[in-house]
Amino acid sequence: MTMKLKLLSTLILSMGILFMVSCKGKPKDADIQAAVTTALQSTPGVSADVKDGVVTLSGAVATEADKDAAAAAAKVTQGVKSVVNNVTVTPPPPPPAPEVTADDALKTSVAAIVKDFPGIQADVKDGVITITGEQKADRWKKLKMALDALKPKKVDASGLKVK
Amino acid sequence: MAALQDKYKELIDAATATGTSDLKVSELDGVLHIDGVAPSGAVKDQLWDIYGKIDPNFLTGDVVMNINVATAVEGAKLKVITESSNLNIRKGPGTDQPIAGKAAHGEIVSLISKQSDQWWLIRTDGGAEGYAYAQYLQPVE
Repeated sequence: MTMKLKLLSTLILSMGILFMVSCKGKPKDADIQAAVTTALQSTPGVSADVKDGVVTLSGAVATEADKDAAAAAAKVTQGVKSVVNNVTVTPPPPPPAPEVTADDALKTSVAAIVKDFPGIQADVKDGVITITGEQKADRWKKLKMALDALKPKKVDASGLKVK
Repeated sequence: MAALQDKYKELIDAATATGTSDLKVSELDGVLHIDGVAPSGAVKDQLWDIYGKIDPNFLTGDVVMNINVATAVEGAKLKVITESSNLNIRKGPGTDQPIAGKAAHGEIVSLISKQSDQWWLIRTDGGAEGYAYAQYLQPVE
């Protein structure tokens, strides 16, 4: 009985020492957390949570590449055993619709331009400039450049004959 | 969306590569709108050449491209690029405004300010001052 007790206490003691030894030299979660957070500075929007050396990434980024970059940065951090990547990819919203000049203003500007291009007729409706007639290629390019600068919705030249 | 951007990828890439600022590429009812400010008149010409290569004679009507030139700033020298005629300088920004003077084809004038994308306030070396149509004015670089 005494023998058994002695053995048990030795076992407990050695386990304790083993535990202390194994803990020593191994970064603590808090230290890993700090290091990972620093490593993640290049990918804003991602945060890390560390438990037993396992890093869980969360947050939202714009592209899949950013998500992978965050995981790669976390993986190479010292003390990290593995990375759970829970980052979501949210593409940025599409750019706002282009502004289109109102018909009245557009009509005035189109008329002012087209008068210098004999042989061209122009019509404006719902932001669309419809061009008909005949024009040399270089002159038509000039006209198209001028019309595009007026911010129309469209320049429809399907009825134009380019010489 | 993607189809049009694919078709004009070379154009969009060139705009980015040449340092065109405030580049905005958006789509509305099947038309790709490309807006931006090119660093020079040469870059603007280059972009229009690429556009013309993808869509010969600009006849498809699936792009509206509005590229301004960054060098067209106040005090800049501008060349009058009318076909051959004189450029009217008007008292106000509009073709209904009385004519205050004329600038000859090929003449160099100064940009005072931009009233809008279309109407610029200019001054000739002869002292005539007023609004002229921006389309006929090109920055001298």
